[in-house]
Amino acid sequence: MNITDLTVHELQEKLKNKELTVTEITEAYCNRIEEKEKDIDSFNTTYLDEARNQAKEIQEKINNGEIIGDYAGIPIGIKDNICVKGTRTTCSSKMLENFIAPYSATVAEKLNAENIITLGKTNMDEFAMGTSTENSAFKITKNPWDLTRVPGGSSGGSAAAVAANLVPWALGSDTGGSIRQPASLCGIVGLKPTYGLVSRYGLIAYASSLDQIGVLTKDVRDSAKLLTLIAGKDEKDSTSEDKGNINYEDCLKNDVKGLKIALPKEFFGEGLDKEVKDKLYEAAEIYKKLGAEVEEISVDIEKYVLATYYIIADAEASSNLGRFDGIRYGHRTNEYSNIEEIFKKSRSEGFGDEVKRRIIFGTYVLSSGYYDAYYKKAQKLRTYISNEFNKAFEKYDIILMPTSPTTAFKIGEKSGDPMQLYLADIDTVSVNVAGLPGISIPCGVDSKGLPVGMQLIGNKFQEETILNAAYTFEQEYKFREKYKPQAINKSKILI
Amino acid sequence: MAKEDYEAVIGLEVHAELSTKTKIFCSCKTTYGGAPNTQVCPVCMAMPGALPTLNEKVVEYAVKAGLATNCTISQDSKNDRKNYFYPDTPRAYQISQYDKPLCEHGYIEIEDDDGNKKKIGITRIHIEDDAGKLNHDEFGGGTLVDFNRAGVPLIEIVSEPDIATAGEAEKYLKKLKSILEYIEVSDCKMQEGSFRADVNVSVHKKGEPFGTRTESKNMNSFRSIVREIDYEIERQIDIIENGGTVTQDTLRWDDVSGKTFVMRTKENADDYRYFPEPDLVAIKLSTEYIENVKKSLPELPESRYERYLNEYKLSEKDAKILVSSKYLSNLFEEAGKICGNYKSVSNWIISDILRILNEKEMEANQIPFEAKYLANLVNLIDKGTISSKIAKDVLEEMFENPREPEEIIKEKGWIQISDEGEIKKIVQEILEANPQSVADYKAGKDRALGFLVGQAMKATKGKANPQMLNKMFIENM
Amino acid sequence: MSVSEKELVHIADLSSLELKKEEIQDYLENFQEIIDFSNVINNAPVEDLDITIGINESKNRFRKDEVKEFEDTDALLFNGQGIQQNMYKLPKVVQ
Repeated sequence: MNITDLTVHELQEKLKNKELTVTEITEAYCNRIEEKEKDIDSFNTTYLDEARNQAKEIQEKINNGEIIGDYAGIPIGIKDNICVKGTRTTCSSKMLENFIAPYSATVAEKLNAENIITLGKTNMDEFAMGTSTENSAFKITKNPWDLTRVPGGSSGGSAAAVAANLVPWALGSDTGGSIRQPASLCGIVGLKPTYGLVSRYGLIAYASSLDQIGVLTKDVRDSAKLLTLIAGKDEKDSTSEDKGNINYEDCLKNDVKGLKIALPKEFFGEGLDKEVKDKLYEAAEIYKKLGAEVEEISVDIEKYVLATYYIIADAEASSNLGRFDGIRYGHRTNEYSNIEEIFKKSRSEGFGDEVKRRIIFGTYVLSSGYYDAYYKKAQKLRTYISNEFNKAFEKYDIILMPTSPTTAFKIGEKSGDPMQLYLADIDTVSVNVAGLPGISIPCGVDSKGLPVGMQLIGNKFQEETILNAAYTFEQEYKFREKYKPQAINKSKILI
Repeated sequence: MAKEDYEAVIGLEVHAELSTKTKIFCSCKTTYGGAPNTQVCPVCMAMPGALPTLNEKVVEYAVKAGLATNCTISQDSKNDRKNYFYPDTPRAYQISQYDKPLCEHGYIEIEDDDGNKKKIGITRIHIEDDAGKLNHDEFGGGTLVDFNRAGVPLIEIVSEPDIATAGEAEKYLKKLKSILEYIEVSDCKMQEGSFRADVNVSVHKKGEPFGTRTESKNMNSFRSIVREIDYEIERQIDIIENGGTVTQDTLRWDDVSGKTFVMRTKENADDYRYFPEPDLVAIKLSTEYIENVKKSLPELPESRYERYLNEYKLSEKDAKILVSSKYLSNLFEEAGKICGNYKSVSNWIISDILRILNEKEMEANQIPFEAKYLANLVNLIDKGTISSKIAKDVLEEMFENPREPEEIIKEKGWIQISDEGEIKKIVQEILEANPQSVADYKAGKDRALGFLVGQAMKATKGKANPQMLNKMFIENM
Repeated sequence: MSVSEKELVHIADLSSLELKKEEIQDYLENFQEIIDFSNVINNAPVEDLDITIGINESKNRFRKDEVKEFEDTDALLFNGQGIQQNMYKLPKVVQ
């Protein structure tokens, strides 16, 4: 048995049966990280010694009957934009290279309460701005399926770490696809919950009205489990919603009979890679076979979504990132004689190019004379896009579409061209703009052996619907049994 | 042209700190004067990832202020970000309100310089957070930043350009301050900066359109504001008279030199990039909510004024003075209620207490003794236990070392002599010692009686009952 | 609509960012590109729509006015530089 191949629910099963101990699990992961992390570069910081110590303590408590929780001793990776008190939280930015979080995010508190062990903070595009994790100030994370390719982004470190078995699961954040797209490119499951389902308190903001913390896991059941742990109303986040205590595992029925699935034709057009398209149509056929009703529909938003997204996201980012002024934390320039120089030089030195580009564009769309033409218009378009989704959800339960127009691209292939990278978001941003839940699950590999992701989108707070649909497909398709990331395991396709 | 040919237009933006227990967007306490950076948390220090949550009392207090100033309360309201970089503003944006303030279209009534009633419009009242404090570093010559004040709730009250003179401005501010004190939403301590004003001034020739305005920031005494306005009006008229043009600058008033200095010119005006605060949700106030707040409002000065005239038969002038301050008015009502002699309480407040406050350069809220003491003082006079003259000394002592007047009298041996036998004895002695005065009195010189009473008072160190002395001197001559 | 270098520098200034001379051309090109790209929204059929304020349209999330002191203010100050008398020391700020 290879411990690090197991899902969390499999680990839990073996812990329960005493086939495994917490120390064995943690040791297996620490060893795996020590062996493979150098090939993947998925972590900004690891806490292996601490994790081993913590595992010992937890194991002792379990032996003494002090801890009975189902998750005690399960390891996790946390995206490096989620604050964990007393640890370095960098957002993969030079700006926060030495920032020690003075408090913990609500989600981190929740994991801590379950005695879940954090193995490390995962790499990302700087301040979550990017689709390839190449915008990290520290390192370039590699795709475990092909080490010359990107893992996607911005939660690329989390996705690669899960795909490479460096952690059994991980937390990410998704502002315009930052969980779903890297999950798709790394052949794992990535869930972005409805806006407001998970507290954002302690998530270093990129765009407040679009950001959501979500999960990256090996399979759908694990996504349901981790979502159950982190969801819930938080008094510290005014935008979080109270939906009661839902156990999302309960919805996994392995049954989609009568489920109404829509394929929005606008997202299956020219920009979509032919092989990706074929895999998605195959998946649609499988759903039909399983008893779902699948129809093609028109959701006329495709031409506006990216501009709407970037205007809103960058406007909010330009304001959210103002607090990095070199005074209370973060990079401070060495050369200054007055306060304006502290601001300007610290920020110009501390932020990378993409962050600065977005701050500037965001400032522009809010500035006097352009507000109405851009920001206000985009907020109206947001209403328009929500309305279009609402129309679709009057008739259908789920929208099925690509997560990414292509499979993983080469490192450096698009990095000189910001607009090319923006286009990689085309399939994911509308979900954030409308505040909907979306999940990406693998639905095959292309001719290069790279995983293809399928995105299932539900109506607001209908996580159960998309989780069940994803689970049902997963049980039928058995992706994990068919395919493994070759590059990191140096193994062939098993099928 | 002469100065009389010009008119000034003055607009005031008042910032009042609300006296809530916690800050506007976090649960830190708001107490003034804590050790630097001890009343802070991730939210008000703008740590990455921290989020604001709106204090319900802030909304309630702002609505109270709106209702007390005749505003319409907006049922649909929201918070907006105002973006700018400044070291006292940790998020680099203030969370304020832009196009949907909580209160709009109000007014308060003042008297203009000729004593006529005048309504001063209130454009809006909105809620926002205060900034941190920049302290001058006495040793290193730099600036030291303390964020204890960051996040203390403010209301900003913006007036219409209805004010024409410094005198009107002062009356408006005093009235506004008094209203906020009455409804207990702000303690309005100007010396602690919890009530401060930005002043806009422009001048134009009569019959012509408004001139260009200048703005002076953050003034926290009535005197400075009055001086600044007078100075600024004169300065602007001088500029125009000399063929120049006033520029739309932001000014700093210097109290020492009595002049304004340019802080920022229009070219450097900020572009605040307001947009709706995405970390907070909209505010929607029901009619019921607003009605409930209205019901909770205490009686306001206008209503008290009418009551003082009708119920207690005070003069208009006295009633006006009393209601000008919540503290005076409450002192009056409480003391009056205890002793029953409203008229006398009013006289004591208006003549002696105000004089002492003035001498000591104190505000009415700094009166150190309880209303009960004043009531008991009036009682003691009414009972004849002490004379008014002694009472003045007792009052002074109540300011120095506040305690029951009876205690003071006992301690100091100031009890009035009202014993008939004792008074008679003193009268006899004085009469014997002053035969000339007796003769003068008999010859019709009334002043001689005053002299004799004075002598008797002197002999008893002011403790003899003056009415009894008067009566007995007359009887015995 | 084409953006000038002057405008870019003004916007950078508002953002408290300083662009080096050799960077400006690159930034200008990217800036122009994303503006052109965004202009697609000019023709969007949204005239009669309201703007979205809060995607879930929630209202009135208020907090009780009860003091809760943050337990570790030292941790808050830990990341600052040049702390003096428990305050952040900066060059003289002219007010």
